[in-house]
Amino acid sequence: MQHLSGIEDRAKTARNKMAVYGTDVDLESYESEAKPQEIVDDAENLPSAVKKAALDVGVKLDLESSGAYVQMDQTPVVAKSLYEGVEIMDIASALEKYDFLQDYWWKLVAPDADKYTADVAAAPPAGYFIRAKKGMKTVFPVKSCLYLGSSNLNQRVHNIIIAEEGSELHVITGCTTPSHVQRGLHIGVSEFFIQKDAKVSFTMVHSWGKEVEVRPRTGITIAEGGSLSNNYILLKPVKTIQTFPTATLAGRGAVASFNTVIYSTMGNIDVGSNVFLDAPETSAESISRVVSVGGEVIARGRMTGRVPGARAHLECVGLLLSDKGRIYSIPELDGQSRDLDMSHEAAVGRISEEELEYLMARGLTSEEATSVIVRGFLDVEIKGLPEDLKQEIKNITQREDLRGAA
Amino acid sequence: MWLLEIEDLSVSIGSKQVLKNFNLRINRGETHALFGPNGTGKTTLLNVIAGIPRYTVDSGRIMFKGKDITHMHMDDRARLGIGMAFQRPPAIRGLRLKDLIKIINPGADATAILKKMDFEAFAERDVNRGFSGGEVKRSEMVQLLAQQPDFVMLDEPDSGVDLENIKLIGEAINSLTQKDQRPSNRTKSGVIITHFGHILDYMKADRAHVMLGGSIVCSGNPGEILEQIKRSGYEGCAGCSTCPV
Repeated sequence: MQHLSGIEDRAKTARNKMAVYGTDVDLESYESEAKPQEIVDDAENLPSAVKKAALDVGVKLDLESSGAYVQMDQTPVVAKSLYEGVEIMDIASALEKYDFLQDYWWKLVAPDADKYTADVAAAPPAGYFIRAKKGMKTVFPVKSCLYLGSSNLNQRVHNIIIAEEGSELHVITGCTTPSHVQRGLHIGVSEFFIQKDAKVSFTMVHSWGKEVEVRPRTGITIAEGGSLSNNYILLKPVKTIQTFPTATLAGRGAVASFNTVIYSTMGNIDVGSNVFLDAPETSAESISRVVSVGGEVIARGRMTGRVPGARAHLECVGLLLSDKGRIYSIPELDGQSRDLDMSHEAAVGRISEEELEYLMARGLTSEEATSVIVRGFLDVEIKGLPEDLKQEIKNITQREDLRGAA
Repeated sequence: MWLLEIEDLSVSIGSKQVLKNFNLRINRGETHALFGPNGTGKTTLLNVIAGIPRYTVDSGRIMFKGKDITHMHMDDRARLGIGMAFQRPPAIRGLRLKDLIKIINPGADATAILKKMDFEAFAERDVNRGFSGGEVKRSEMVQLLAQQPDFVMLDEPDSGVDLENIKLIGEAINSLTQKDQRPSNRTKSGVIITHFGHILDYMKADRAHVMLGGSIVCSGNPGEILEQIKRSGYEGCAGCSTCPV
C-alpha cells in the first residue's frame, strides 16, 4: 500500500494546482458524495431514461456488443463482458483482483498534474477496466456510458484500457447528462495501454448540459506495431470543457490518428491532442473539424517528433458562422530530430458563397444549403472502424438539427 | 405566353457593363443554342437568369412563366423550374452525390439516373470532389435529371468531355428538353452555350443565336449559323444579312 499512499501524497500537493489550459473550475462548489445507485445484472435492465440517454450518444446497449459498462453518478451499475476475448470490470474490483494493475494505475496520467487529477486520486476509484486479451480480436464494440444523473455532483471516473499483444478492441463511450440535471462536473482520468501489434479504436461522444463542466485527463501509450484511432464528438451545448489527451508512440511503427468533430453553440470548449513520436517509423495524424454558431472553441494540436523518420500531420479546419462565436486554432509542430516529415493545415473561415449558390440553384433554400454544407463538413472519414460503428458515428454527426445558426 | 422572355436587359458587374439591351424569347418545348467569343456575356446571361448574386440589373426585366423574376431569389427561381449545369461547379466536402440527388428530389430514382449517365461508381463520392472535367459534366447532368427543371441552362456541357461521353450528355439533354417526345407534347425548354458545336451532333437545338458585345447580333437555324461562323467567324455573323435577328 506504500505505492497507493504515494499517489495520495502527490495528489495532496496538487489540490489547488490550476490546469495549464481551460477555465478554472471551483471544485468546492460541487458535491463529491453521490447517492449510490442500484446495480443491475444486465444493461437491458437499466432504467429506460438511462438507456435512452445512452442511445442519444450512440451507445445502443444491446447484444451487438462485446460488453458494456455503465456508471451512474459514482456507481458502476453494469460491468459485463459478452465475449471471452474481452474482460470488463469496474476498476475498484479490478484493482482488488489484480495486483498487476498497480503497474498501470496512474502511470500515464500524473495524480499531481493538476487539481482535477488530484481530486480523482483522492476519491474512491470508480470507472472501467477493459482488457482485450492477447491475440483476441473483437469487432463488436465495448459500449460504455458514463451517466451524470444528479445535479451539482462532481462525477469522478478513472478508466484503464489494456489492449494486449496482437488484440483488436473497439470501444465507444457516451458521456451524458439528462436534461433535468442543471449543473454538474465530470472529471475523467483515462489511461490506455496499447501493447505490441494491438489495434484499438476509441470513440467518445459527449452530450452534456448547458451548466456542465468537463475535464477529461487522458494518457495513452502505444507499443511497437500498435495503432489507435481516437474519435471525439461533441455536438451538444456544454458550459466548459478542456481536454488534451496525450499519446506517446513508444514502439517502432506505432500509429495514432485523432479525429475531432465539434459543433459549438455556446460555452468554452478547449480540446485537442498531443502526440509524442518517440520511435522510428511512427506516424500520427490529427484532424479536427469545428463549426461554431456561438461559443468559444480552442482547437489545439501538438505533435512532437523526437526520432528520425517520424511522420506527423495536423489539420484544424473551422467554420465560424456567427459573430458570437470564436474559433482559435492552434496547430503546433515540434521537431526535435533530423529527417522528420511534419506538416499542418489550419483554416478558419465561412461557408463558401459558391457552394451555397450551387445548392440553391438546385432549389435548396439558403438555410437548407447551409445545413447540408455544415453536415458535410462534420462528416469526417474515419478509417479503421467496424462498419456498424462508422454508421453510428455518421448518424450522430449527420443529425438534422445541426444548422448554420443557433 | 412565352416560357422565358427577356426584355431590354442591361447588366453590369461592378462598373463593367456585360449585357446591353439584351432581348430573347424562348417558347415551351424549344431549345436554343448560344454562340459567341469568350467574354461576350453568354455565361453572365445564364447566371443572371439563374439569379446568382453579384450582378446588377441596370434596366429591363426577365419574365418566366409569366412572372417577373428579375429580382427573385435564386432558390425560388429553381423551385419555379429553372435549372442550370455549371461550367465549373464547386466540390462539396462530405456530401455524397447519391445523397444530393435525394435532397434535390426525394422522389428521384437515383439508381436509374446514375446508370443512365454511366456514373454509378460515383454515387458514394463527395459531389465533384476530385472529379475530372468530363466527370464534373456528368455529375451536373445527373443532378439536373433529378431536378427535372422546366427550363434547363447548360454552360458548355461538352468542354473537356471525351467523344463517348459527349453522346451520353447529348442524350441527357435531349431527355431534359423532351426531344425524345413528339414536338407537340414537349413542354420543357433549354438554352445551351457551346463553343465548337460538337454537342449539337448529339442533341437537337431548334434555334441558335450569336452574341457579340453583350447582345444578340444574329439568330436562326443552328446548323446554318454554325456554318456561317466556321466560314467567316463571329464578326461575319454581325454583318450577315441572311439571318435576320
